[in-house]
Amino acid sequence: MSTFVYMTRCDGCGHCVDICPSDIMHIDETIRRAKNIEPNFCWECYSCVKACPNHAIDVRGYADFAPMGHSVRVRREEEKGTISWKIKFRNGTEKDFVSPITTKPWGKFIPKLSEGDTPNQGEIKSQILYREPENLNTKKDLPTVSKDSFKKGVYY
Amino acid sequence: MIYNNPFLGLSDFVAPIAMQGFVIAMIALVIIGTLIDIIHKKNVKYFFNNAKKAKKNAKIQLTTSQKTSVILRTVASDIATTSELGRGKRRVAHLLGMYGTILFWVGSVVMIFCYSNPTSETPSFWPMIWHVGALMTVIGGGWFWFFLRVDVYSEAQPWYRIIKADLFVLALIASSLTGLIWSYLQFLDLNDRWDDKVFLVLFVISNLVLFGGVYWSKFAHMFYKPGAAIQKNLAEADGSRDNLPPPADAPEQFGLGIKREEPKHY
Repeated sequence: MSTFVYMTRCDGCGHCVDICPSDIMHIDETIRRAKNIEPNFCWECYSCVKACPNHAIDVRGYADFAPMGHSVRVRREEEKGTISWKIKFRNGTEKDFVSPITTKPWGKFIPKLSEGDTPNQGEIKSQILYREPENLNTKKDLPTVSKDSFKKGVYY
Repeated sequence: MIYNNPFLGLSDFVAPIAMQGFVIAMIALVIIGTLIDIIHKKNVKYFFNNAKKAKKNAKIQLTTSQKTSVILRTVASDIATTSELGRGKRRVAHLLGMYGTILFWVGSVVMIFCYSNPTSETPSFWPMIWHVGALMTVIGGGWFWFFLRVDVYSEAQPWYRIIKADLFVLALIASSLTGLIWSYLQFLDLNDRWDDKVFLVLFVISNLVLFGGVYWSKFAHMFYKPGAAIQKNLAEADGSRDNLPPPADAPEQFGLGIKREEPKHY
């Protein structure tokens, strides 16, 4: 499946261009609206569909498993912390789903890594990851794997 | 300068009837360009098909008064204040350009048709409207051109890269800017020097490009966008919602989310 843009809904804000991990959402040079420049490279990640504030982006299904007449659409409401899906089958059956996308206010609890202490060489070489074990909500020492147990050819 | 009717000065060597003929020709160009655009891109057919689809999927049958109320709300919000652009700079720049252009064009038509005769007395209101409108258009259009175009803002293209989509905004800025400079030079009264005539010619050329280029430019978006907004809001009201799920039944407690950041992470 790949995404496409309803030109009458798009206002060319650039959110999909910004968010696309495949960098295939671009701005059309004639009408300055978003377009998927390479549908074959679309990962179907739905990032652009969810990010579009005007619900201008939709996903076109492959004809073999999603025949003409079906529809899968999504409405992301950041203010409510919800994501809603509407699946419409070819025979007219509709299914609505609502899921939470966060339980914490947006923009808070983002770790400020640049303000933290720089790890020393010992910490860099250890098997413990950054901010472990406290970020795993434990104060216990985490188990490590002895280097002797590694197969020959694998070095850490 | 702001109270000076530039078309009155022009009437010394261009007959008012010629100026009026030019305005009518420009209106005709817009109508012809839009019609060719409609035939070529089949926009109206798309709108009708979409309306038919929405009617078929409608959950509620809207009465005429409900439809009227949705349309009036759309005119007041989506069209008059371009609410689809959110709360950011793009909306302010768009509003400046939109209302500036309306004032500039209305001022031009009124002054050309009513006050371009050498014997006529122009009320100070109309030249003021014309100049303020042109200035608003230049500020809004320039702001958009240099900083807010999405290919510059979100795709890191340089501001001087010109593409076909720029034809409308550049012609609009050029017509307002050359009009303002022409009016200023005329106001300076340079004893028939060449300066103001050069800017008059540039003003005429930019208007020809703006109104003659409707088929190739984004000019017609000012007719389609209101139609699309009305259709979108009617689809929300009748429950068809273009197959979108209904808004979730949950309180708004999580802030702006993705909307708190500009799409500028290239």
